[in-house]
Amino acid sequence: MRAPLFALLALLLTAPPTLAVQPDEVLADPALEARARNLSQGLRCLVCRNENIDDSNAELARDLRLLLRERLVAGDSDEQAVAFIVDRYGEYVLLNPTTRGANLVLWLAGPAMLLAGLGGALIYLRRRRDTYEPQPAELSDAEKARLEEILRS
Amino acid sequence: MIVELGHFALVLAFAVALVQASVPLIGAHKRWAGWMAVAEPAAITQVMLIGIAFAALTYAFVTSDFSVRLVVLNSHTDKPMLYKVAGVWGNHEGSLLLWVMILSVFGASAALFGGNLPPTLKARVLSVQAMIGVAFIAFMLFTSNPFLRLVTPPFNGQDLNPLLQDPGLAFHPPFLYLGYVGLSMAFSFAIAALIEGRVDAAWGRWVRPWTLAAWIFLTIGIALGSWWAYYELGWGGFWFWDPVENASFMPWLIGTALLHSSIVVEKREALKSWTILLAILAFGFSLIGTFLVRSGVITSVHAFANDPERGVFILMILGVFMGGALTLFATRSTALEAKGLFAMVSRESALVANNLLLAVACFVVFTGTIWPLVAELAWARKLSVGAPFFNAAFSPFFVVLALLMPLGAVLPWKRAHLARGMRSLLPVLVLALALGGLAFAVQTGRSALGPVGAVLGAWLVFGAAADLALRTGRGSLAARLGRLARLPRADWGKSTAHAGLGITLFAVCAMNAWAIEDIRTVPVGGSFALGPYEITLASVNQVEGPNYSSTMAEMTAARGGNVVATVHPEKRVYAVQGMPTTEAGIDYGLLRDIYLVIGDEQDDGSWAVRSYVKPFANWLWGGAVIMALGGLLSLSDRRYRVAAGSRRVAANAVAAE
Repeated sequence: MRAPLFALLALLLTAPPTLAVQPDEVLADPALEARARNLSQGLRCLVCRNENIDDSNAELARDLRLLLRERLVAGDSDEQAVAFIVDRYGEYVLLNPTTRGANLVLWLAGPAMLLAGLGGALIYLRRRRDTYEPQPAELSDAEKARLEEILRS
Repeated sequence: MIVELGHFALVLAFAVALVQASVPLIGAHKRWAGWMAVAEPAAITQVMLIGIAFAALTYAFVTSDFSVRLVVLNSHTDKPMLYKVAGVWGNHEGSLLLWVMILSVFGASAALFGGNLPPTLKARVLSVQAMIGVAFIAFMLFTSNPFLRLVTPPFNGQDLNPLLQDPGLAFHPPFLYLGYVGLSMAFSFAIAALIEGRVDAAWGRWVRPWTLAAWIFLTIGIALGSWWAYYELGWGGFWFWDPVENASFMPWLIGTALLHSSIVVEKREALKSWTILLAILAFGFSLIGTFLVRSGVITSVHAFANDPERGVFILMILGVFMGGALTLFATRSTALEAKGLFAMVSRESALVANNLLLAVACFVVFTGTIWPLVAELAWARKLSVGAPFFNAAFSPFFVVLALLMPLGAVLPWKRAHLARGMRSLLPVLVLALALGGLAFAVQTGRSALGPVGAVLGAWLVFGAAADLALRTGRGSLAARLGRLARLPRADWGKSTAHAGLGITLFAVCAMNAWAIEDIRTVPVGGSFALGPYEITLASVNQVEGPNYSSTMAEMTAARGGNVVATVHPEKRVYAVQGMPTTEAGIDYGLLRDIYLVIGDEQDDGSWAVRSYVKPFANWLWGGAVIMALGGLLSLSDRRYRVAAGSRRVAANAVAAE
């Protein structure tokens, strides 16, 4: 499973270079183009490592960009266009994970940790405040004698 | 022959590390001075042996010895000398050797400069340091040996990955490793302190310089990597939330938290067990970073070794060190008694808030990085966690941190008044809001990110200045200036580093909000407008480099009819690996970069061109450099030198007796 994937990757990486978004892809309508650019930045190039299709040089990324623009020109809303691509390529294509199912854990992990940490920190801070400064230990007999000696001299 | 000597030296270093890991530890336990004293010569021998091994490998690369497997895989006779040397660490095995060498350098410097440490603590620190060395040298010798020979050497090598043939990337790994591995010192000190059952102000003072040094290196290393991505990858992005970037960012976040909490230990003898925990975690995240990069469990742009066997080995190292350390922590940390008391509103509390926010921010990065792995293992869901998630989930914590920072910095220790702190910062707040308003008025109808960045940046920079001004007290200007000059270097360092962060934050926002982009085809000789500039594609030529062929364009940027910049963007193809790279043509400026990229020739003979104006780009890395400079200032503070001086006095006193 893994070996062919890497072979494919190697093939794509050695393909002739192209720029990310090509001049011929750009839509005539600036508003539509802006939407396409915005959406592309949230879609993953499937054969690259952690690159979005807007930045990627790969052929597949270009195909996805063209597909996305096609859907937008056809009158899809942003959600419909993205859903169209997710239907075909799976959840993996979304760089911004959904909040469905177990992904809620991912999204809530930070805030939950913050609340837990705040609670812990408050308990700690209260404790540092409530305890009184410990009194220095009583002098031992030897120390008392020495103190007397010093005071007398 | 020389290669074999290097190999042999590495095996010897392994043996020495085994001795250094065990003998001083037993000595410290039994109070046998002779056994404890083994640590020092052992640490110095180890650094020399690993130095020999490293020199031998460098020699093999420099002389292009193609009977060595690693040289064949990563070098070529046509490669420029700089990259022959950088090629030593531009691969898995060699970078591990660099890792281990830096580890031993830190160990040896602790042995040499740690004269004022109590003998048992010193023996234990060096012993823990050697344990890490044992683990990683074993990892090298058993799974990734750089010195292996080939039976039939080829005529020439396969060249280094062209993306790595760049001055920025040549020095990015050493700095990053100095940072990663530097955190091992904090780890060793933490473990030694847990074994001793003693953490006090003196301990905090010993740990801090090492952490500070590691943090400085890590800051520079991350900035170098980000700068490299900016000019090399061809679209001016500087941070991608790639797993490997996160791997370097997580230790930085925890290291920053550690830096601040160790101040509380040093000055107020509180937050002890938390600081110990941070020291353990900081190095833990360095190890996790190593695991993520080497094992290939998470695919990323940078991963260069995807080998399950190696992954398992590193996972074992991670398990043993973190499991051992955290178990020790759980059993011993209750013995660490906190002394300092403070009110709810105080410098201490502000530093607790700093630690909380940094730790949670790091936790968010960590969850996001490993989530694809978790989701696939647990629910067989293949999903991605990319930049949009991190931007949304991470940034709020950092914004809150930035908002609190100037306020926390001016609060006094023990007991503070929020209202008084706010009042002294009121002018700064007004100034920051005014600047934000100005930015909002000037930019007309762009994203709110720019003004927000301006407010945050100004709040941090002027807040840091106000902090220094407040420290000078009252009186005539001359008296205050005199006091300003006599402030401890640590205070200067703190304000400098805080201001640096402000500059970086502002630049990040500015680059995201105010960049101008243009994509088009241009015939040779053609011009087009880019913001206030007129860009002309003057010519396109084929040029031969030492080991690549290049399509090099000459482009000019003019403003009001005057040419302000001439740059040469390139598209290179490296012959041996057949790999294309883009070299953007960048005109660096104080307030903006003009960033031009040449693409493919079109059917009609014109060229695809991408062009950007990147506002305040240099401020991003400038801010990081200022942060590192702040660290350096703090590191040069008198109290660390005084500690060194007292050792000399003690030595003289002993001699006099």
